[in-house]
Amino acid sequence: MDAIAQQFFNIGIMRAAAPLILHGLVMTLLVCLAVVPLGLIGGLAVAMASRAHARATRFAVAALVDIFRAIPPLVLLIFVHAGLPFAGLRLSPFASVCVAFFLNNSAYYGEIYRAGLDSVGRGQWEAARSTGLTGWQALIYVVVPQAVRNVLPDLVSNTVEVVKLTSLASVVALPEMLYAAEMARSLTYNPSPIVLAAAIYLVLLWPVVRLMSRLEHRLGG
Amino acid sequence: MDRGALFVETFFKRDLIARYLPDILKGMVVTIEIAVVVVLTGIVLGLVLALVRSSGLRLVNLLIVVFADIARALPPLVIVLIVYFGLPNVGVSLSSFAVLWLVLSLVLAAFAEEIFWAGILSVRKGQWEAGRSTGLTYGQTLAYIILPQAVRLTVPPLTNRTITITKNTALGTVIGVPEILNQATTAQSFSGNATPLMMGAIAYVLLFVPVVIAGRFIETRFAWRRA
Repeated sequence: MDAIAQQFFNIGIMRAAAPLILHGLVMTLLVCLAVVPLGLIGGLAVAMASRAHARATRFAVAALVDIFRAIPPLVLLIFVHAGLPFAGLRLSPFASVCVAFFLNNSAYYGEIYRAGLDSVGRGQWEAARSTGLTGWQALIYVVVPQAVRNVLPDLVSNTVEVVKLTSLASVVALPEMLYAAEMARSLTYNPSPIVLAAAIYLVLLWPVVRLMSRLEHRLGG
Repeated sequence: MDRGALFVETFFKRDLIARYLPDILKGMVVTIEIAVVVVLTGIVLGLVLALVRSSGLRLVNLLIVVFADIARALPPLVIVLIVYFGLPNVGVSLSSFAVLWLVLSLVLAAFAEEIFWAGILSVRKGQWEAGRSTGLTYGQTLAYIILPQAVRLTVPPLTNRTITITKNTALGTVIGVPEILNQATTAQSFSGNATPLMMGAIAYVLLFVPVVIAGRFIETRFAWRRA
């Protein structure tokens, strides 16, 4: 029992590592601030393009979405960070993370938006248009509010996934929270710093995870 | 060299493809192995937890909820690193394959438990009462009345979640599991060329695009009916 406390909850080591980890937390938050909006906007573009009139566009978007949903985000990240330099494109770790997660998250958010738009019946469109709203007005005032309500649990849960995904940035040496914790661990040969980082992730995400469960249970009813 | 030739030379170099294809294929086998064992143990454990939760023992339920919340809130890579670096220090040594299996199974179990539980809750109370009043036992009602309805509702979200977690097998590369990504990055550093990375990415596309398409098909077949 004492050994476990020493290994995983070593207060002394945690205290020593805390400044480093908090520094990492700032970077984690910065990455979130970059990749969540990028994904939300990219997803919107994907959803719009998947409703395009041209068949070829729809097909191309569907194929890209499937490919980027099939490739694990870590693979995409390493490809961007370690592969593209061979083609003469060298990105900083932060930029690599943004590019890789933009591709991944746009596909996921795009699918969610698409499901949301599909969930609103045609009658809503027709009713909106027949009252004299333009196509855009119908979309923004009638369809989108209902669509967002229908897929809100998915949007929230995907955003949680995106925040968790930022921990992968440690693999390309972006000094975010997990990278800082892992560095402290390798210096002290003690995993307590990672446990501290885990505790911070828990504080950040636990309320959202609770909310997610509530939303999901309500939908089930 | 023109741009097209440079592109091929960088990402699709013939002799490197020939040299590293066996490694990537070996990686694919390992990825499939982990994926299969994770899906099996994760979903079964998740179902068991949801069933235990439906029996309504307060303390046990609290433990299940706490477990599910923690496993859903933490990035899987964080859990992998804690288990991988922590267990040997307290006298438990697991292979990196076993660590990845254990962690991904637990994460999948946590999500599956929540999804099954939402499914069980979604079956109306009247179904329970009708089942019990016809003389079925608690277990029989659960098995013959509730679960068949609940499982149908859970299939689409469970499929999506399972696909996401299966792709996390790529995290194994960080602790040295010789799966696709690990083989690809090793080959890349030996060859000093991006071709193996491209091969790795293509391997994932070949493995997972069919799964993603099947997932979409299942999703529409079993779609949650919204009023």
